[in-house]
Amino acid sequence: MNISAHPTAPAETVSLPDAQNVVTTRHKAVELQQAAVVFGTGDKAVTALSPTKLILDKGDFVALVGPSGCGKSTILRLVTSLIKPSSGAVLVGGRDASIRHLRMGMAFQNPTMLPWLTIEQNVMMPLKIVKPFKSTFRQDRKGAFRDRVHALLGQVGLRDFAGHFPWQLSGGMLQRANLCRALVHDPDLLLLDEPFGALDQFTREELWQILQDLYLDRKPTVLLVTHDLREAGFLAQRICVMSARPGRIISDEVVPLPQPRAIDTIYTPEFVEMTQNLRALIAQVRQ
Amino acid sequence: MTEKQRIRLWSFSMIVGFFLMWEVLCIVLNVSDLVLPRPSEIIVTLWTKFPILWPHILQTLYSTLVGFSLGVMIGVSLGVLVGTSKVAYAVAYPLLVGFSSIPKVAVVPIFVLWFGSGTTPAILTAMVICVFPIVVNIATGLATTEPDLEDVLKTLGASKSEILWNVGLPRTMPYFFASLKVAITLSFVGAVLSETVASNRGIGNVMMTASSNFQVSLVFAGLIILAVLGVVLYALFSLLERRVTGWATRDTEIAIT
Repeated sequence: MNISAHPTAPAETVSLPDAQNVVTTRHKAVELQQAAVVFGTGDKAVTALSPTKLILDKGDFVALVGPSGCGKSTILRLVTSLIKPSSGAVLVGGRDASIRHLRMGMAFQNPTMLPWLTIEQNVMMPLKIVKPFKSTFRQDRKGAFRDRVHALLGQVGLRDFAGHFPWQLSGGMLQRANLCRALVHDPDLLLLDEPFGALDQFTREELWQILQDLYLDRKPTVLLVTHDLREAGFLAQRICVMSARPGRIISDEVVPLPQPRAIDTIYTPEFVEMTQNLRALIAQVRQ
Repeated sequence: MTEKQRIRLWSFSMIVGFFLMWEVLCIVLNVSDLVLPRPSEIIVTLWTKFPILWPHILQTLYSTLVGFSLGVMIGVSLGVLVGTSKVAYAVAYPLLVGFSSIPKVAVVPIFVLWFGSGTTPAILTAMVICVFPIVVNIATGLATTEPDLEDVLKTLGASKSEILWNVGLPRTMPYFFASLKVAITLSFVGAVLSETVASNRGIGNVMMTASSNFQVSLVFAGLIILAVLGVVLYALFSLLERRVTGWATRDTEIAIT
């Protein structure tokens, strides 16, 4: 298989101190142990997620695909502890997800920028909240943190828009800013919930490459929820397919392509065959 | 720009026209000074009596602003409590609604009974009258904050108070300022009300004494002063509002930083 060269590296990358990872090699980055989610009780109970087992090693890039409403986003909400499992356990870095000792970055499907803050202030928000950055936020927000945010915005082509408000930016630009906000605090664990869903094909492919560069640069653990099979195939090392509601993982395959991948990869016969197999699998479970 | 100037000009001529009409109608219909003095007479009274009126203006302004400030503090704290806690909402809301339905005129005698006549009941009346709209608006703003926005901070592991400071309260600012504009005018009503009932200082008292002495043009001068003060304070808060909540109206002038 012909893998062409790594797309031109970004002119500048944010330099980061060596991540002092709390995670030891003994622990998996993310572990769902037969975690299930049921909303409501009695007759009205709706099972959003059947008991599910999913393990991400440190530095893994895993994509979750499946029909709509199958519980993909539920898994992300479990990992970020926005909801608690009805049964089973969710471990992040070897401890319960509600104990946050891993730095998490999340990009939602909607950019959800805070409308009263400029793009720069929005992207800087995690530094104000997350340890250890928050302790020096007051001193650094005009200096080191500002440079960090600007460098990151530069990497996604938003340098000139740092002082703009969210409503002044297009959807694609907001998604880029969204990605920056998820990455600015150098997370150990990056959770992406269909972050490129509402974009046109060209913008999407451009952002895939940016994300791949950022991932290879820092190697966080990534869990990407998507309904775009090419996106999953291009970015992920492993693809998990979920069944229709109530969801569970029915297939967990390694993508046999070395990283970095060039955007042309998605038009090679091997890639097309892989996505078609996935497509057939999902079409089957939709029934 | 010309469009803006034209609107300003129209608005200005509306105001001047109103007073001109008043003047002309009084002359044409031969209205007695004791019923409705002409604007020109009121202005003359205002001018000649201004040195006497000035301390009263300050007194009313003082009672209003102190009462208003206390009201804002209480209103914001109660609003945050009611808006963030379901229990507080259920417990406090019926009480608040009940309390706010009491006509404030009826409360003044109680304040006078407790604190004697003078500045204290005026401040307290100005305070109680403006608490309710602030509470309701703050609570509404907080309760309607989009869960998506809160989730952004929750995934970062933010504490409840961090979410309140970084999402809840900024999101509530447009509601807060809307309520401030109502509250400041209500505070005026409260202070003047109390002054008319039980005080020997303040514009309310001046108007009361003037009307019992049939100094009708002085009564109207008091009204004009109150109107002007009200407009000035309203404008002040509008200005502040524009600076703080320009994001909500997508004001392009605040955007270029």
